[in-house]
Amino acid sequence: MRHTAITVSTAIAVVLGSLSLSIPSMSQAGSSTIDEGKKIAFDRKKGNCLACHQIEGGSLPGNIGPPLIAMKARFPDKEVLKAQISNPQKNNPHTMMPPFGPHEILSASEIDKVVEFIHAL
Amino acid sequence: MKKIAVTITTLCTLAVLMLGCASNPAEKDLNNFRDYFAKRFPDTPMNDFKNGVYSVDKGSREQWESLEEFPPYEIIVDKGETLFNTPFKNGKTYASCFSSSVDSIKTNYPYFDKKRKEVVTLEMALNECRDANGEKPLKYKTGAITHIGAYLAFQARGKTVNVKIDPSEESMKWYNRGKQHFYAKRGQLNMSCADCHYYNAGNRIRADVLSPALGHTTHFPVYRNKWTGSGDGMGTLHRRYGGCNKQVRAKPFKAQSEEYRALEYFHTYMSNGLEMNGPGIRK
Ligand code: HEC
Ligand code: HEC
Repeated sequence: MRHTAITVSTAIAVVLGSLSLSIPSMSQAGSSTIDEGKKIAFDRKKGNCLACHQIEGGSLPGNIGPPLIAMKARFPDKEVLKAQISNPQKNNPHTMMPPFGPHEILSASEIDKVVEFIHAL
Repeated sequence: MKKIAVTITTLCTLAVLMLGCASNPAEKDLNNFRDYFAKRFPDTPMNDFKNGVYSVDKGSREQWESLEEFPPYEIIVDKGETLFNTPFKNGKTYASCFSSSVDSIKTNYPYFDKKRKEVVTLEMALNECRDANGEKPLKYKTGAITHIGAYLAFQARGKTVNVKIDPSEESMKWYNRGKQHFYAKRGQLNMSCADCHYYNAGNRIRADVLSPALGHTTHFPVYRNKWTGSGDGMGTLHRRYGGCNKQVRAKPFKAQSEEYRALEYFHTYMSNGLEMNGPGIRK
């Protein structure tokens, strides 16, 4: 039994290893978008999300909004996340979160990048 | 019929005694405002709200208290005293423009002037005094007006904020305009004063703890480290209003504009009952 377990885990390791070898080109494109999204999200003159949200990798976050963690679990549908970031007033007309889309605080492509970054958290 | 009316008035008198059932809508606002902060910060005694952010942020309070031991505004208060007592070219002084003693001048502002049908602030009265005596007006956000303001605030220390909201329609228009400014979202970032200083008081925006609006006005003018970059650190309440408007990318109004005087009328009234403790020191 023990032997089988080892074999299986070795097999998995091998599969994972080959996967991670085959992915680079794809994940690199993804990660540069994510990096750009992170820059926009952290920039005080752009998203300034840290003013209100705790986000991994950001220092001195505010606590006006909820911590942005486990986003894929809470927002399996990326479009729902995008709607919240672009126009939070739709969900809560009194929200303090700025209307990044309607008030053109961020451009459509900047919002897309931020969504990629936040979704990956 | 008469009997019923009498009963109703009696009931209302009782209600006033028991519930603070307010006849002027402004009084009701004031009670709600105080209750909200009392509930939100059960550990802060009512009169401690005069200390602004330090009434709810124990972390930074000690550092602030040590600053208060050798306060950077002391020299400003002295300058203000000299300015206040130096005669104009015609030989008169500021004191000739005010009917009350120097320690209560500040307690009379802001007020609604029935004849002029507008809110008059202390800064405005100082400049009107200068004008009446043939002197040029002072700038409204920095400089000499903050020095005189600091001196008058210091003299009034220990007195109680007691703004009277005139119940006339004209005055209520000003009051409601100020209230509207406080609660309305504005600027590209779409935030109200209330978003930061009412609903989120005590929370952190980035590293800054947000002060409760209750007690905001008790200690102006204020000396700020941030303001030493472009002067001696002193600023009036309207300077701060402009700064907070700019933070949300809204175009600030002019100091002493109707808009900010209306805001000051509402905002200062909300601190009625608190002790005056100006000038203050802030980050
Ligand atoms: C000034 C405060 C503020 C700023 C700035 C802000 N948010 Fe928010 N955010 C909130 C608040 C408050 C909520 C809670 C829900 C509500 O009131 O709308 C929220 C909710 C969210 C949610 C939903 C979280 C959940 O678990 O439901 C996401 C996602 C989010 N914000 C992302 C962002 C991103 C990305 C940025 C920057 C581009 C940002 N926020 C900037 C205040 C803010
Ligand atoms: C985006 C958040 C935000 C908004 C909106 C905002 N402020 Fe502020 N305000 C702050 C911060 C941060 C400070 C500095 C910390 C503190 O004392 O709260 C501050 C400080 C102040 C102070 C100084 C308090 C003191 O004790 O000296 C006053 C007065 C004030 N704000 C009034 C207003 C008014 C009036 C409005 C609306 C016109 C407003 N603020 C809107 C964030 C905001």
